Amino acid sequence: MADPAPEELAPPPSLFKLGSVLFWIGVFSFGGGLSGWIHRQVVHRYRWMTNDDFLSGIALAQIVPGANVTNLCVYVGYRIRGAWGATMSLFALMSGPTILCVFVAILYHYVQDYPVLHACVDGVAAAAVGLNIRLGIVGTQRIQRMRRIAPMIAMVATFVAVGVMEWPLVPVVLIIAPLSVAAVWPRKGGGAAHA
Amino acid sequence: MRDDSSLSPYLALITVFVPLSLVAIGGGPSIFAPIQKEAVDIHKWMSAREFIEIFAVARVAPGPGSMLGTLIGWKVAGWGGAIVATLALFIPSSILCLAVAKVWNRYRGREWHAALEMGLAPIGTGLMFAGAIAIFRMAEAGPLAWGLAIFVALMLTWRPRAHPFALLGIGAVVFNLQLWLAHMGYLR
Repeated sequence: MADPAPEELAPPPSLFKLGSVLFWIGVFSFGGGLSGWIHRQVVHRYRWMTNDDFLSGIALAQIVPGANVTNLCVYVGYRIRGAWGATMSLFALMSGPTILCVFVAILYHYVQDYPVLHACVDGVAAAAVGLNIRLGIVGTQRIQRMRRIAPMIAMVATFVAVGVMEWPLVPVVLIIAPLSVAAVWPRKGGGAAHA
Repeated sequence: MRDDSSLSPYLALITVFVPLSLVAIGGGPSIFAPIQKEAVDIHKWMSAREFIEIFAVARVAPGPGSMLGTLIGWKVAGWGGAIVATLALFIPSSILCLAVAKVWNRYRGREWHAALEMGLAPIGTGLMFAGAIAIFRMAEAGPLAWGLAIFVALMLTWRPRAHPFALLGIGAVVFNLQLWLAHMGYLR
């Protein structure tokens, strides 16, 4: 599936439209996988953003403190409709879940003895993780297109250190990030880095 | 219940969540342990068992896993607490993120900007995969959950237009099938 080229982007939506799309993502994101949902709607369905722009937002969202999903939401809203877009996106995404999660907590007391429900919940949650793995695959395809070895090494090293070895995230990122950036830093007269 | 009855519950929620919001590098899960410490050991808002229950609810309810904070607020001070905790946990980091996005955007197109992005994006991707493992580890998920997640990821890669609801539904069906097979004595 080819990424939408910049000239194929749709015109930016109204604040209300942007908010309503993110509101429904929030409401229907049972089991998580929100980043995958946002990618699907904003890049593929509505074409408000390029794939590359979105993926660079993912990196930013993970490196800046705070929940990755809300950071991504702020970035996406900002890129599409500026600071108001960011504000609108954040409140739209979070308002549904804030109310719903309390209702789920109340309900939980009544339904926790039904194994069928637990199976549904576990199944949906497991499948939702797949939505985020899919985003990892999209990111990996983009790294492949860079046609350089250093970004691939940085990706695998981060994954192994944090995911497999369970080393603390902050020192890992603090060590890998400068090395990874230095490896692709434009050399004098050596041609531009092409992202 | 609370050991700091002099402090209004709203103020207590704010003093717990605002600093955590700004140190949650790498996302919500990085502050789950400190949140547990604050809620269970320090403020005694709930028992360890109640915390685990809330954690499970936050994981399945809509929204990011960090809705954990919302539920703690709700336990402490009802709906007002839920809203105060949500704002305290998400607003500070969001303002910081907006500021970073603005600066980031201003230098778009520069050579060093492209290099920074090319250097940092792979770390984001690596963390995305690591996050999947972390979620399964916390949920003590078995091979079925792993297989399902990978199946969903491959399906979406192969058929990007496949609707996620259908795939999430398959998840629910598969897990119920397992439950039924176990019930019938085919699995142990």
